[in-house]
Amino acid sequence: MQAMMNKDAAGTIPPQTRKRKAAEATTSPTPDDTLPNKRPQLTSAGKHQLEGPEAAPPTPLTTTTSHNGNDSHSDADPAADAMDSDDDFMSNLSSEDDMIQEDDSDNDVSNPEDFDFDDEPDLDSGNKDSQQTMKRNYLDIEFKVYRPEDIQKQQDDLVDEVNMILDISKEEAAILLRHFRWNRERLIEDYMDKPRQVLDAAGLAQTAADQPRLQVIPGFMCDICCEDGDGLESFAIKCGHRFCVNCYRQYLSQKIREEGEAARIQCPADGCNLIIDARSLDLLVTPELTERYHELLMRTYVEDKESLKWCPSPDCANAVECGVKKKDLTKVVPTVSCLCGHRFCFGCIYTDHQPAPCELVKRWLKKCADDSETANWISANTKECPKCNSTIEKNGGCNHMTCRKCKYEFCWMCMGLWSEHGTSWYNCNRFEEKSGAEARDAQAKSRVSLERYLHYYNRYHNHEQSARLDKDLYMKTEKKMVELQKQSGMSWIEVQYLQSASQALQTCRQTLMWTYAFAFYLARNNLTEIFESNQKDLEMAVENLSEMFEKPVQDLAQPGLKVDIMDKTSYCNKRRVILLEDTAENLAKGKWTFNVDLVSGAPLVNPTSAPGTSSRR
Amino acid sequence: MASTKRIAKEFADCTTAPPPGISITLPSDADLHTWHVTVTAPPNSVYAPGRFGLILKMPTDYPFKAPTINFTTRIYHPNITNDSLGNICLALLKSENWKPSSKIINVLEAVRNILVEPMPDDPLEQRIADEYKRDRAEFEKNARAYVERYAKGTVNFVQAPDPKDDKSKNNDKNSGAPAANPGRAAGRQGGSGSGSASRPAPPA
Repeated sequence: MQAMMNKDAAGTIPPQTRKRKAAEATTSPTPDDTLPNKRPQLTSAGKHQLEGPEAAPPTPLTTTTSHNGNDSHSDADPAADAMDSDDDFMSNLSSEDDMIQEDDSDNDVSNPEDFDFDDEPDLDSGNKDSQQTMKRNYLDIEFKVYRPEDIQKQQDDLVDEVNMILDISKEEAAILLRHFRWNRERLIEDYMDKPRQVLDAAGLAQTAADQPRLQVIPGFMCDICCEDGDGLESFAIKCGHRFCVNCYRQYLSQKIREEGEAARIQCPADGCNLIIDARSLDLLVTPELTERYHELLMRTYVEDKESLKWCPSPDCANAVECGVKKKDLTKVVPTVSCLCGHRFCFGCIYTDHQPAPCELVKRWLKKCADDSETANWISANTKECPKCNSTIEKNGGCNHMTCRKCKYEFCWMCMGLWSEHGTSWYNCNRFEEKSGAEARDAQAKSRVSLERYLHYYNRYHNHEQSARLDKDLYMKTEKKMVELQKQSGMSWIEVQYLQSASQALQTCRQTLMWTYAFAFYLARNNLTEIFESNQKDLEMAVENLSEMFEKPVQDLAQPGLKVDIMDKTSYCNKRRVILLEDTAENLAKGKWTFNVDLVSGAPLVNPTSAPGTSSRR
Repeated sequence: MASTKRIAKEFADCTTAPPPGISITLPSDADLHTWHVTVTAPPNSVYAPGRFGLILKMPTDYPFKAPTINFTTRIYHPNITNDSLGNICLALLKSENWKPSSKIINVLEAVRNILVEPMPDDPLEQRIADEYKRDRAEFEKNARAYVERYAKGTVNFVQAPDPKDDKSKNNDKNSGAPAANPGRAAGRQGGSGSGSASRPAPPA
């Protein structure tokens, strides 16, 4: 985690903490030049090391990192402690202080400082490394990961508790809890207050009748199938609405299998809202269906709670708990990381998309799905009708075009009115007719927005692809590491730096990819300049590292290159966190100006009027 | 099939003691799952004295799944689509409300009830619902005009061709309605109302 903490260095330093930092810097155990030697040990400590501060060591069952501004639980947990252990001067206490006061102290004091930091980070960031910031970390999201057995246990615990406090059966307690969306306090309060209404609303019987069982009742006729044979087995829950077992079974299996219903399966009788409890269900259906039923029940537990979400990774049955609410999503990008290693956004369940907020991601993906390939092709092959702006492909023939829609006749070459060509038809050698110039002008404008989009899209796409290639590379990394061990006589631990580099590459590319989607929606201003400068630094570093990483094994064995790669790896990670933190902080403070509305979704400024092609690239 | 016995019983119940304003015929004796229902609008509704044709279909896993209902007579109503499909929105028919022990007779009564009391807050035709809420007189005028135009004379049970399955039309043709004119469905779709000799000419 050491590397992670250093990344703050070049970032923003609130003045009031400067002195403290200066003092600490002198006691800092990690002067810059010792870093490379330290790194191998660090990287071997845990594979999550490179993924930023929100990825805590995978060992503890519940993974909690330190704080984010939305929820200020302050239970000290071992994971956070472990993470900070290298940075003795980063006291948990003070970082929490900063967090709580975010809105007064941080806001007004630190901002001017935000803009003056490194434009040439390569040269002097080393010195800044030793300065540690005490400022609140805008990237840290508090979350916990639960395994299926934890989720089950949580439910069981709640059920047991309610079962004891209210003196009702466990099945009934479970039904009540589900009705109250697992809000135990409200359930108990309401139940104490007006037990009758609560039982009624939740679909529970008032009477304590016998445990339901299968019975053969002479003269019974099933109201569903109208069968009345002798020995027909029938069943009823506490409401006493009795149906034959076959109908009951078919009813339940249809509800569970086809409608995916579990928590609210009511008695089959018309107008009866009594809920069928788990025990009755076990009595009636096949074990296979029971299993499905309990799976669905488990699902409703997670889905009922706003603070819980399933890990979207295939075959992962874990759930993540996070306090970030939907309304916070314009202010924060709550990236969490499951025990299975999958990193995703808690807000929209999409794969890690820092630094872009969920709304922008949604729009961007939609735009790309609609536009990208089509737009490329349109850009290359078509022109718009100067009159009605229909997109026209010239699929052969002469330059005399007649728009199918509006019947406008024009020249494909100069876009001018065909009649203005006079007698020089088929020979468009004239330079400036009025209508032609205007048409070309309008055309140019409409292309600007397309080109702007393609600029960002191409870079986004490039990183997406490179990340995929880097992933392949990662598969080969292990082989490389073995080879390198043989050739150089280094120990396994000593070649771990390759894996770190590979992971850094992937993570950084993922981030870079989303910076382009983010930038597409940014209006031009100073903040955007800073953002682009950060983006450029990261991109350059990543490309450098990527190049080094691909070198043949014999080159990698040279000690010089190893140090270079380790340096570059840590530098990339640092630059990534700086960029993300800066973005997250401005997002939290609402400082970005977007050319679309983050909430309602209507474009604020026509993107064409905010030409955003960066002059830096 | 378990459902046959049940449906036969329900059909017997509905035909021996039919609920007021409702009469039921079977288009085909071989198929108990499709009923032709004629609903006479209650006298206290704006649709009186119109008579409306409905096709009621029970799925194979009836009564575990709800039946479906379509108006074959066009009607100006917030909860019934104002097209040749005549889809109807009834809470009772939704899967979360339908119970295996729910009875057709209750469904039909519910249908007749929404003729008296439309539910404009849960509309299928937003425009008509708005009109019902804002300008009741205009709504009633339009509803009456539709009754005049479509809901008098012989009730027809020609269902609009299902876009997914054109054959469904043929099944319904040999129904209790007078000789079906193939052009009729199309004519009704356009809203012109012409094409059926059995129906009075639309008001000018």
